[in-house]
Amino acid sequence: MSDIADRVKKIVVDHLGVDEDKVSETASFIDDLGADSLDTVELVMAFEEEFGIEIPDDAAETIQSFGDAVKFITEAS
Amino acid sequence: MRRVVVTGLGMVSPLASGVEETWKRLLAGENAAGTITRFDAEKFATNYACEIPFGDGSDGTFNPDDWMEPKERRKVDDFILYGLAAASMAVEDSGWKPSSEDEFYRTGVMIGSGVGGLSTIADTSITLKERGPRRVSPFFIPSCLINLVSGQVAIRHGFKGPNHAVATACSTGAHAIGDAARLIQYGDADVMLAGGAENPICEIGVAGFNACKALSTSKRDDPKAASRPYDKNRDGFVMGEGAGVVVLEEYEHAVARGAKIYAEVLGYGLSGDAYHITAPASDGDGGYRAMKAAVERAGIDAGEVDYINAHGTSTMADTIELAAVERLLGDKAEHATMSSTKSAIGHLLGAAGAVEAIFSILAIRDQVAPPTLNLHDPVDAKLDLAPLKAVKREINVAVCNSFGFGGTNASLVLGKVR
Repeated sequence: MSDIADRVKKIVVDHLGVDEDKVSETASFIDDLGADSLDTVELVMAFEEEFGIEIPDDAAETIQSFGDAVKFITEAS
Repeated sequence: MRRVVVTGLGMVSPLASGVEETWKRLLAGENAAGTITRFDAEKFATNYACEIPFGDGSDGTFNPDDWMEPKERRKVDDFILYGLAAASMAVEDSGWKPSSEDEFYRTGVMIGSGVGGLSTIADTSITLKERGPRRVSPFFIPSCLINLVSGQVAIRHGFKGPNHAVATACSTGAHAIGDAARLIQYGDADVMLAGGAENPICEIGVAGFNACKALSTSKRDDPKAASRPYDKNRDGFVMGEGAGVVVLEEYEHAVARGAKIYAEVLGYGLSGDAYHITAPASDGDGGYRAMKAAVERAGIDAGEVDYINAHGTSTMADTIELAAVERLLGDKAEHATMSSTKSAIGHLLGAAGAVEAIFSILAIRDQVAPPTLNLHDPVDAKLDLAPLKAVKREINVAVCNSFGFGGTNASLVLGKVR
């Protein structure tokens, strides 16, 4: 797994309080990992912080899963 | 009118986590004041307060993890954590477990706060200023809103009845209990969780209350001597923190399920001073009218009052309340005992009325008036002010007073179930 994926996974685990092995490529934050809409806003803020990038609101809405997040951040950074 | 009784108690106080442990320490004359550890208060006019003893949960310490998952705790200001903990204790103590849909609909929550998420507002303001609007947490607003104790408690327990919150400064807890009792009396609910929660010991909280000259400042070397209600040498209140929650229940409902009944809410009175934003009117008429209304609502004679848990903050206002109580009791004043438990736990602001109502209820249960600590040189009083030591005595009826900034007054009359 890439360095980006590791760092994204750590944020997801810390913020949502889920086991690391549940955070699979296709795991949806809301449907699979117990997040609500406010949690996803906070996750995006944490990604911005960790990777020093800005994720516009329309892009943030497309980040629904762990895989989406890794893909977006890899392309953005 | 339907009768309302108290069937469950919960508390997080500066003396301990839990009602019975707090009560035991209160009666033993323990004092929760100390130098502030939450932040460096060296530069503040007041550097002491009554803080909750955080710990692993043993020996009366408060362990947040026992009440809220760490990932959830990040989303709330600590006043909500304290309120949730006290509410869970009260529900457990009451044994009330709704099962039918209707029972959930008939169980409500009314837990208030004086100022809500003050420290979170302060911290987030700094984030906004230093790092910009995009760094403000999506949980900022729901972590600070006063009614979110009631909201969080309802979400946790599934209570779908009236969901409400009081915000009347230092009268909050007493108003919440009185108002919630009325909802039961009028048939809006059969069971209500009611009380207050407060988390004011933060830099902006201490600086703010210092600025309005409300806090004791003279006891940096001896914080435990600072809260001295009714003592001639009092010089302001000592800040406390925590939460108190009671389970109120319609009398027949409680009897039908065989609930343990602590006491009955006999009366409730409210008034306004229409005088000053922080000071009570010197004639004490507002407090007097609140007490008088509560006693009349209870259908008792004022002379039947055995114990008064005073608002008694250790400020100039103590003598105003004392005069109002003596006016109420008239020639029966010498019969009654009045104490201020703020001498031991400080002033819990929006939680004070709820915590002190619980002390009043336990005073009735155990037939003992908790002490007024540090009362070495009392002001002139006809009442027994329970100096230094708890007073064993007959207590059938207790009055609990709370008076708040803005001139908002609340009195509860609590009594043995007859």
